[in-house]
Amino acid sequence: MDPLRTLWETFFDWDAMREALPEMLTVGLPNTLILAVSAALLGSVLGMLLAVAGISRTRWLRWPARVYTDVFRGLPAAATILLIGVGLAPLGMQVWGPNPYPLGILALSLIAAAYIGEIFRSGIQSVEAAQLEGARALGFSWGEAMRLVIVPQGVRRVLPAWVNQLIALIKDSSLVYFLGLVASERELFRIGQDYAATTGNESALLLAGLFYLVLTVPLTHAVNWIDRRLRQGRTVALPDPDLDLDLAPAGPAALPGKDAR
Amino acid sequence: MSTVTATSVSLAVRDVHLAFGAHQVLRGADLDVARGATACVIGPSGSGKSTLLRTINRLIEPDRGDVLLDGRSVLGDDPDALRQRIGMVFQQFNLFPHMTVLRNITLALRKLKKLGEDEAAQVAREQLDLVGLAGKADARPAHLSGGQQQRVAIARALALRPQVMLFDEATSALDPELVKGVLGVMADLSAAGMTMVVVTHEMGFAREVADTVAFMDAGVVLESGEPAAVFEAPEHPRLRRFLSQVL
Repeated sequence: MDPLRTLWETFFDWDAMREALPEMLTVGLPNTLILAVSAALLGSVLGMLLAVAGISRTRWLRWPARVYTDVFRGLPAAATILLIGVGLAPLGMQVWGPNPYPLGILALSLIAAAYIGEIFRSGIQSVEAAQLEGARALGFSWGEAMRLVIVPQGVRRVLPAWVNQLIALIKDSSLVYFLGLVASERELFRIGQDYAATTGNESALLLAGLFYLVLTVPLTHAVNWIDRRLRQGRTVALPDPDLDLDLAPAGPAALPGKDAR
Repeated sequence: MSTVTATSVSLAVRDVHLAFGAHQVLRGADLDVARGATACVIGPSGSGKSTLLRTINRLIEPDRGDVLLDGRSVLGDDPDALRQRIGMVFQQFNLFPHMTVLRNITLALRKLKKLGEDEAAQVAREQLDLVGLAGKADARPAHLSGGQQQRVAIARALALRPQVMLFDEATSALDPELVKGVLGVMADLSAAGMTMVVVTHEMGFAREVADTVAFMDAGVVLESGEPAAVFEAPEHPRLRRFLSQVL
């Protein structure tokens, strides 16, 4: 048989794809989204705690954050998912029964938190010390100044890196198949793999791959868009040409502006 | 700006010492500012002027010495509450770049003074009006000139109705043509009876606006007095040398 034709049929068997499509849409896609979105939320919250602990002046917060980050960034994601999913299974059994799904989300969150924590920390630390001093001088406590002034600026600066991490998370969510999910819990990759295993044709797996691209490619472009917008600001407003050579006679009459409306 | 006069207090710094590690920055600095008076602190770079200013609102805690408002030591007070009573303006403005001009001013009003959104906005607009920037409420700081940003920073500090204002080289980062506008706002504030400590290199401002000029060198106030005395009849050789270099 023509090898090109074989190749084509291995990956682009439309019938095989059509067969897998309904389950991809109704089971795989929702599960991938649930895994990725909940792990993104939990991972971002944990990551923020890690970031703040990492810059704390208390070493009892700083050191555990450091160790946590080193460990969870250093381990292969697959190993962490297995360790958490299998290792904590007896504990999970008591909390929510034999379902390994929550432990999968937990493992993904813990991994994501290590990376997101480092992203947030670098952003927060890039905010000039003068900003903290300015906020403290107004009477804000350290915590209020961080929450209202420093963290919002720091996070803004690293939004592109944060979205990149979410993309990695979407892809890593496929690794929860290690935990032996039941049919209704399978995500995109697992469904593709199952079809591929039963038919010997990889087309369903390719279809799963296309689904991942549909999720991740818009996000990659969103990163670029966010990045551009953060650089330029919402509106490309030019600096005021007449600057302030005037110490203008104050009042609405002298400065017809937005206040006059 | 007449509203500021009623609440001004007198300020005294007594024998303040401060070291960063082995580096002794303040070695017994003293400063007296009467209620409603303006003191200008002059002196060479590294003499401890900015550090002295920061010990007054306790952004830096002194190792030794005392800071008194209306004769009462504030070193035992809650530092956050103290800083609401003492406004500070920085060389680099330190406006919050991710907020509009209006929100820069209303943030502390809403979160610390617990004013409602509308009330805080009204106070902010009044303050902006006083510094001649009523039309810039919705602009981002980055879209303003340095002089305008510094006037916003002054409005932000004044909105909290402070009893003392500290200025840390407020015009040093500005292009020369923008300095005048900011100094004008500061002079108005001084005339309105605000108690002010102004660290500055603007000798003209010190001469015309200050009630007291204090010359700092190597962490102490070497000489202080009325502007005429300090500028026309300086006693200390180091002050004479400094003045010969800057005037």
